[in-house]
Amino acid sequence: MSDLSKAGTSTAEGAWLAPSAHLRRRNFFQSIAVNVMRIGTLVTALITTGIIFSLIPPTIELLGEITTQVFGTTWAPLFLPPEFGILPLITGTFVIVIIAMFIAIPFGLAAALFLSDYASFNVRRVVKPILEILAGIPTVVLGLFGLYVINPGLVEKYWPIGESVGYSAIGAGLMTGVLTLPIVASVADDALSAVPRAMREAGFALGATRREVATKIVFNAGISGVVAAVILAFARAFGETTVALMVAGSYPKLSLNPGDPMQTMASFIGFAGIGDQPTDSTGYKTIFLVGSILFLVTLVFNLLGNRIISRFREVYE
Amino acid sequence: MTATSTERNAQGVMEFIDPVFTLSDVAVSYSDFLAVSNVNLQIPSMDVTAFIGPSGCGKSTILRSLNRTNDLIPGAKVHGKISYHEADLYDPKASAVEVRRRIGMVFQKPNPFPKSIYENIAFGPKVNGRPSKSELDVIVEKSLRSAALWDEVKDRLNDSALSLSGGQQQRLCIARSLAVDPEVILMDEPCSALDPIATARIEDLMIELKRDYTIVIVTHNMQQAARVSSYTAFFVTEVNPLGDRRTGKLVEFDSTSKMFSNPTDPRTEAYVTGKMG
Ligand SMILES: Nc1ncnc2c1ncn2[C@@H]1O[C@H](COP(=O)(O)OP(=O)(O)OP(=O)(O)O)[C@@H](O)[C@H]1O
Ligand SMILES: [Mg+2]
Repeated sequence: MSDLSKAGTSTAEGAWLAPSAHLRRRNFFQSIAVNVMRIGTLVTALITTGIIFSLIPPTIELLGEITTQVFGTTWAPLFLPPEFGILPLITGTFVIVIIAMFIAIPFGLAAALFLSDYASFNVRRVVKPILEILAGIPTVVLGLFGLYVINPGLVEKYWPIGESVGYSAIGAGLMTGVLTLPIVASVADDALSAVPRAMREAGFALGATRREVATKIVFNAGISGVVAAVILAFARAFGETTVALMVAGSYPKLSLNPGDPMQTMASFIGFAGIGDQPTDSTGYKTIFLVGSILFLVTLVFNLLGNRIISRFREVYE
Repeated sequence: MTATSTERNAQGVMEFIDPVFTLSDVAVSYSDFLAVSNVNLQIPSMDVTAFIGPSGCGKSTILRSLNRTNDLIPGAKVHGKISYHEADLYDPKASAVEVRRRIGMVFQKPNPFPKSIYENIAFGPKVNGRPSKSELDVIVEKSLRSAALWDEVKDRLNDSALSLSGGQQQRLCIARSLAVDPEVILMDEPCSALDPIATARIEDLMIELKRDYTIVIVTHNMQQAARVSSYTAFFVTEVNPLGDRRTGKLVEFDSTSKMFSNPTDPRTEAYVTGKMG
């Protein structure tokens, strides 16, 4: 106490509690840092609302003009007269996304469990960066591979019922699966590796095998991260444009046969967006309509994902 | 039921009738670091044996080698021989999974699974067999009763185990290990994260459990060792002439009353009376 009052050159009563020059400097930098963070948050929020509001007016305008049935089976918004039956885009999107998930989820989760609970330190040190490289392959490269290798080499040979025109939904689905697999593996592995060692030890001490510990304890304890990984991959596949455009083509065929060419919502936007659509033309507004739908579906999945995650979230210290 | 005997073999190791463990020249290393060496001791059946000693002397290391938990640490290696009854614990034909089913472990920090109270207990029986729902119900109740937790949780078996207090969680972990019907329970500082009341309850429980189980406990609490154990092993660390790090060794093993009243080694006396950290 006496030391303190001597250290602060106090004139007034209680002045030894006043901030020192050093603390005032720290406070100054503290306030700068907080304001930078505030601005960052504000910019993010502004961009998001900006995007939403730019999507809305053309979408509403077009919905007012559309006379044909929206859930029709023909999607030809750029033709005359335009047709807005969106079913082919919906089936196209879901066929490709589902095929992709059939690849990404089982293989991605298996890889995550392997990395978190089986791989030795050295194997992990090699495999984890490879996964990250795989996640960084430009989608256009995957698209090329699908178009020139998978479609002619695999699909046309082994999936005979399709309409052989060089494009296929299954090729696009497979490549989208390859694209999203490392996302599932990497995010899920992070979640599983974060499960405390004590959980695993408890399992082993009860006479559980490595597999039982991995699948019945670690997987359960890390379930919220696993769900997050799946949702992230799903959203990524859903919005994937390049691969769908290059490998599945741009023909909006209403079909459930994965050997057929198909168009997804995202690849329609990519396709129509590079063509010249004069502002206020039907084509222009259609892009925004589909964009709104894409946005909405993604939003719903994210909300759903958050709900699932918070339901599963278990707090362990 | 205590297999008391003051017989000593040629090496001066206290011998019991039908001991659960016999450690002969046991040493454990982590990669090229010798953590503890020259351990010779026997652990009697249906009784509580305490391991005491300053931090880093290898108490946990030896404890973990008794149910092959060390197998899970890359680089850890057990030298010498550990017999579990007549069997060599580290026989290449012995299964570590089977060993751990018979020799359970309770850890320093309560570590219930993020599942319900019921599922925590049911996990072990489920992986070790195919019990029916009614068999499981019986096991869960019996285990919780043995761990003196049943009355506190019987109306909330489906609540998350994480909603229990620390002391309750630790008793749940004890109940969980009892549920697979082990012979031995290893406890590594099971009360160090608990308040004195919860600690006293666990100590009572250990005294209760030694009628049916063999217990080995690591503790830094001298009163606890004196209160619950019949035998005590005291370890220290010594500078290893072959390396610059300190290696643990067993100083003395004897009945707890002897260890605390009139130990042979002056270091034991210094430690139990608090003159040596
Ligand atoms: N997984 C490990 N890898 C490498 N060294 C380890 C490992 N676990 C323990 N050790 C080392 O082995 C020695 C003995 O450790 P151990 O945990 O058995 O001590 P302890 O007597 O239980 O100590 P405490 O009372 O602090 O728990 C220490 O030097 C420790 O650093
Ligand atoms: Mg320890």
